[in-house]
Amino acid sequence: MKTRMTIAGLALAALLAAPFAAEAATVRLTIKGGKFIPAEPHAPANEPLTIVVKNLDSAASEFESKTLRVEKVVPPGGEVTMQIRPLNPGRYHFFDDFHQETTEGDLVVE
Amino acid sequence: MIGALIIVFREVIEAGLIVGIVLAVTRGVPGRGLWVAGGVAAGVAGAALLAVFAGALSGALAGIGQEIFNASVLALAVVMLAWHNIWMASHGREMANQLRGAGREVAEGRKTLAALAIVVAVAVLREGSEVVLFLYGIAASGKEGFSALLLGGLSGLVLGAALSALMFFGLVVIPPRYLFGVTTALITFLAAGMAAQCVVFLQQAGLLTALSATVWDSSALLPDDSMFGRLLHVLFGYVDQPSGMQVLVYFAVLAAIFGATRTFGAQPPARAAA
Repeated sequence: MKTRMTIAGLALAALLAAPFAAEAATVRLTIKGGKFIPAEPHAPANEPLTIVVKNLDSAASEFESKTLRVEKVVPPGGEVTMQIRPLNPGRYHFFDDFHQETTEGDLVVE
Repeated sequence: MIGALIIVFREVIEAGLIVGIVLAVTRGVPGRGLWVAGGVAAGVAGAALLAVFAGALSGALAGIGQEIFNASVLALAVVMLAWHNIWMASHGREMANQLRGAGREVAEGRKTLAALAIVVAVAVLREGSEVVLFLYGIAASGKEGFSALLLGGLSGLVLGAALSALMFFGLVVIPPRYLFGVTTALITFLAAGMAAQCVVFLQQAGLLTALSATVWDSSALLPDDSMFGRLLHVLFGYVDQPSGMQVLVYFAVLAAIFGATRTFGAQPPARAAA
């Protein structure tokens, strides 16, 4: 059952996301000790982006950015992927919604 | 403690406002308490389950399980709200004519009680799973004592419930004959806001890429994470930096539900009840 669901899911995702994923630049972030590493990642402007966030801490996080328009729970020890629209050059603030005051950073798009 | 208070408060008002509206909508409907309580209970149980399987969910469907789940849950709520409105519009008038009691046509709303209970469950489910994850995270990290966590969480719950109750009592002082019109409008805006939020999750999953540019930025004027902004977000779907697709879907759903309500309801419902 699980295998079948996974296969169906993969097929669905491949079908729908393939044209998009093929060209996306990837930004990788790690949450460790309540900090984003790197806290100031860089990314190219005007092309679709993929953001991958890996959580090495024991607490759940929620990666969120109002300007990037994403919010996604990152379970402890887990890794999540998000698709971002092509961005204009600038700084895009992001934070861990569960630890707003300590865990944050900026995506620099240029 | 403050962290727990703020997070719980925030999530409780988001779910609580929806519960308040549903309670106002179903005022006078026999058995509504059970349905709404059942919806809340189902939502809480689902939220706990969801939190336990958060890892599996986010890894499912090639990593977009979380988005697909959120989008589906929101779409379900939109359909249920739309159905409620349309059903009430098409039956409200004939019932008012037959029964002549201002409260009775509202009482007949039990036909859509199940739909509204699902909406309640879905709202509690979404916000509740965040609370569970967050509190579990704090407890696991051991930075705060259990009692501080409990106190913060409970204060957040009480404050959030109090604000939701204010909303409910604000609605119920409206005379029944107008209440129907007001709640119909409220539910339509609620549904449109949820549909726009559904778009965000599909965009984040990479399933929807059209019209993704930001249309306006009113975050300096009224940030949607401020108290008032959050209220407007829950009730009317206010977002300070929406994409073109969000705006389009918002108005499309708004127009569709208003249109359908009007078509099926021959006359504006508020007047029909008079």
